[in-house]
Amino acid sequence: MSALFEFLCRQGDSTLILGQRLGEWCGHAPALEEDIALANVALDLIGQTQMWLGLATEVEGAVRDADDLAMRRDVWDFRNLLLVEQPNGDFGQTTMRQWLFDQFHVLQLERLCDSADDRVAAIAAKAVKEVRYHLERSSGTVIALGDGTEESHGRMQAALDRLWPYAGEMFESDAIDAELAEAGIAPEPADLRAPWDVAVDATLAEATLTRPESDFTQTGGRSGKRHSEHLGHLLAQMQWLPRAYPDARW
Amino acid sequence: MSNHASTPYPGTEVPDGKTKAEWPLWEIFIRGQHGMSHRHVGSLHAPDAETAIRNARDVYTRRNEGVSIWVVEASRIAASSPSDKGPLYEPSESKVYRHPGFFDIPDDVGPM
Repeated sequence: MSALFEFLCRQGDSTLILGQRLGEWCGHAPALEEDIALANVALDLIGQTQMWLGLATEVEGAVRDADDLAMRRDVWDFRNLLLVEQPNGDFGQTTMRQWLFDQFHVLQLERLCDSADDRVAAIAAKAVKEVRYHLERSSGTVIALGDGTEESHGRMQAALDRLWPYAGEMFESDAIDAELAEAGIAPEPADLRAPWDVAVDATLAEATLTRPESDFTQTGGRSGKRHSEHLGHLLAQMQWLPRAYPDARW
Repeated sequence: MSNHASTPYPGTEVPDGKTKAEWPLWEIFIRGQHGMSHRHVGSLHAPDAETAIRNARDVYTRRNEGVSIWVVEASRIAASSPSDKGPLYEPSESKVYRHPGFFDIPDDVGPM
């Protein structure tokens, strides 16, 4: 298993799982306009998944395709961040999760645009345009709801407190990251922490939200060592059809 | 921390003083890839102009329709009244000479 394959699975699995989570809002969002916007973001992320996992299978040697990776692996093989598998909760929690990830995602993709691997750079160049809009939307909503009514402020602060322990995993660097950084393919996640902190603090100030004091971090998603209990339920919902009808076609 | 007291959005007050929990309506105008002017494409709800533009982007430009978006709060649009149709429009019906169709255009002018 090459480091590049592992990295591509981490990229594709995070976008896949977050896309699936956002898809759960389809038909349930608080306003028609939000419903369509969430579905658009979800579809962007699924599109990026096709590119990341597609490249992963190419790197692996084309023994299986992106659909196989998405639909025929189980929890222990997924390499997504713990943050993105957390349940939607209320609309505030979904928005908070999205914003914490979007802010990281933009910084990461901007660096990946300069990747030594042309295929990685090409995917990042396409994705970063979509993700800049995701960030514009989610940060705008975090500010509107954080600096909104007493109720919306309380819900956003609760969402931030709840999700904060999952933010730190985005900046963990391990041997795989070191190998990719050495080869100039991807940045060390730890290097993204400082610019993320600056951007996050600025938005939190505007949203009148208080950054949690503890930087305790849950870990185990992108290494695959320990996912939260929520991922299995998500996969059951996402994968039942292709598993029950393996040859199903549109 | 700013004041979190709930205030009604402009234009959403109802006569008995209660606030409707509705975002105001915005009319959306989009200039297409090859269009010279913005065209009305529909309407949507949003709490403010900035959000209305983002919502319009998601609702009306999903299939690469536009290069520019205008939003206008529906309540700010002044419109002619349907009951004034007669006096407003009928007088021009009988005045065909106002159409510029009475000139011979030389061939070398090309398409107008």
